[in-house]
Amino acid sequence: MGINALACVSIAIIVIGTFYLGYHGSRTANTTRDFLVARRRVSAHQNAAAIAGEFLSAASFIGIVGLVLKNGPDELWYAIGFTAGYLALLLFVAAPLRRSGAYTLPDFVEARLGSRGLRGVAAVITVAIGYIYLIPQLQGAGLTLNSVLPWAPDWLGIVVVAVVVVINVLSGGMRAITLVQAFQYWVKLFAISVPAFVLCIVFAGSGPPDGQQSLAADGPPMFTKDTTVTLEQPVRLRVEHPLRLPEVHGWVNGQRVDGSAVWGVSQQNIGAKTQLSFSAGSAVPMVDGAVQSNADWLRPQSGGLPELFDSYSLIFATFLGILGLPHVLARFYTNPDGRSARRTTLHVLLLLGMFYLFPALLGALSRIYEPQLLVTGKTDAAVLLLPQAMLPGILGQVLGAIVAAGAFAAFMSTSSGLLVSLAGVVSTDVSRGRVRDFRWSTVLVVLAPLVGALLLHNNDVSLGVGMALAMAASTFCPVLMLGIWWRGLTWVGAGVGMVLGGSLVALALIGNIVSSYTGNWSPAVLQQPALITVPVAFITMIIVSKATHRRRPEDVNRIMLRLHAPDPLGFTRDRDVLRFGEGQTDGRHRRLAIRPRLRSRRSSSTA
Amino acid sequence: MTGDREPAKPSTELVPVEPAQPQRKPPRRKKVVLAEAKGSRTVARTIVELEEQTSVGEHLVRSLVWAQFRTSFWMAILLIFTIASLPLLFFLFPSFGDLTIFGIRLPWVLLGALPYPLLYGLGVWYVRRAERHERDFVSMVDH
Repeated sequence: MGINALACVSIAIIVIGTFYLGYHGSRTANTTRDFLVARRRVSAHQNAAAIAGEFLSAASFIGIVGLVLKNGPDELWYAIGFTAGYLALLLFVAAPLRRSGAYTLPDFVEARLGSRGLRGVAAVITVAIGYIYLIPQLQGAGLTLNSVLPWAPDWLGIVVVAVVVVINVLSGGMRAITLVQAFQYWVKLFAISVPAFVLCIVFAGSGPPDGQQSLAADGPPMFTKDTTVTLEQPVRLRVEHPLRLPEVHGWVNGQRVDGSAVWGVSQQNIGAKTQLSFSAGSAVPMVDGAVQSNADWLRPQSGGLPELFDSYSLIFATFLGILGLPHVLARFYTNPDGRSARRTTLHVLLLLGMFYLFPALLGALSRIYEPQLLVTGKTDAAVLLLPQAMLPGILGQVLGAIVAAGAFAAFMSTSSGLLVSLAGVVSTDVSRGRVRDFRWSTVLVVLAPLVGALLLHNNDVSLGVGMALAMAASTFCPVLMLGIWWRGLTWVGAGVGMVLGGSLVALALIGNIVSSYTGNWSPAVLQQPALITVPVAFITMIIVSKATHRRRPEDVNRIMLRLHAPDPLGFTRDRDVLRFGEGQTDGRHRRLAIRPRLRSRRSSSTA
Repeated sequence: MTGDREPAKPSTELVPVEPAQPQRKPPRRKKVVLAEAKGSRTVARTIVELEEQTSVGEHLVRSLVWAQFRTSFWMAILLIFTIASLPLLFFLFPSFGDLTIFGIRLPWVLLGALPYPLLYGLGVWYVRRAERHERDFVSMVDH
């Protein structure tokens, strides 16, 4: 393929644009409130674009297409679930969360339940979720750079994204990244819609390539031309249709092979760095776990009961996980009031819906044009390579460059959002929350995921995100739902539930990582544990809260009033103003005296 | 309070106050109220009642929370019945997956395109109803 200069240029443009907008946004950022919540002045539309830009991560941009290529329409539940998760957020969390006046998720927990200790627990969980989410983003960046510039090592993309994001966040925190993320949403929409339109026109004009099976046929996809594939990681291939390989160089089933080979119906363990050549017209052998027959692939729920469990667990995790994701919620604190928080969410639904129309299309096209990705298992690269597979000329390269730029925008906007929310939590919970603290927190926070991304196995990008969602759904989701709508929640109940739900998911995650090194034995329950852990967390919280009902905060009625009272009545107290308004750091703000005049709506409060 | 505060940002100054004496700071107030100059001059007794948690106030809040929750809850049920029932449907009736409209398999339309307008529609409907509850609450409090 050679060096794709166009892709380099487009990625450079995105990186420079990101830098510039970050600089532009951060010129006036100088207080803690700028860094944490952008002074709560972001308009609903801009915030919605920023939320969509932040949320459409590597998982959405490249992950879903790759999964559809491998497993068919059931994987579209990721896209549906993500969007539906925002609806759940709108229904149950958006306005009350903003009205609580909190500036981080741990701060909300303290405001609602009045426990400093629980605030610490919440901070730890926030960091855990952020890390689980951040690692696949960085790895995806490495993969993207690697597939447009084959000479670039994986770590280069990881380091580039990390550096750009850290500099932006250092310069202006939330204030800087708001504009960046909003801009990157439109970049991503452009980068997925334009190639999708062009490629659909190409497909409608020329039809599938000669020799390719139709997607409804009862057999696997075929190689339409002679193809040579080099594996970077060891894979296990399932061969269901005997085939003859003209050239094999490398390790197969533990033996050195150089020359041609004939594979019957079997499983083949292929070592890393092995080169396989396939001749045109032979069926594509696939990595374990991919759906072999096109007919099965085309049909939803073809995998029987385990797949049904998978789907519902995924639906559960996404519907409920979004509303517990700290970095998504962090953006809602930037709205001026509860009503605009609601409007923002509504607009997010629209923006995400527009974007998610395209992955299904691109996934189906990939199945026709890029079956060789099913051999290597690197299906995440599908959307990046598709334009050149369909259009070998300069047009294909241009489209490929656009997609690569979009993918890079995806990594940067999500990573910067994650980093801001993590740095916000660390700087306000571990130290005193001055701008200086925010800055060193940023640097500190990025180190661990950077190392993790460099060392850990590169799984499917979406799966890591699925795990982060399961974690959020089993910890913060019940705290928010019960805390906002039920007076009876106590800090003891919330704490026990969060710790239990969080550790169950953590166990599943560890099991998964271990199994990815020792032969992929982990069952479906471990890969998507939400269906079990979320109810466990909810039930634990309710039971323990009932048992400890005397620990209920005394002013629970007043807190409920503040969470739900309409904005014009002016009960909202922004806790960041109370804490950082003049650099005080006592952190506790229970001094809400009854005042005869409560009309001052926002930060003017003298509490 | 801590002594090392700088008066560089007078607008955000937080004043330690005895609630008994409403020390007024008119110039500071001016900066922060930026939008929605709401004409609600009737700060009045009901709001104080809400804040003081009299039985009337508490009842008002409870009924607002309950109304909002009911709306959200029924929307969620609707969401579950429309979208989240699809996997079960495909599982129980596999032949349903083979239907075709306009040359595209029905499941791909149902999963790839249709949920998004539906979700947005539900969102619009919910926001309308939630804001109506709030308007009712405000007008009740104001009078």
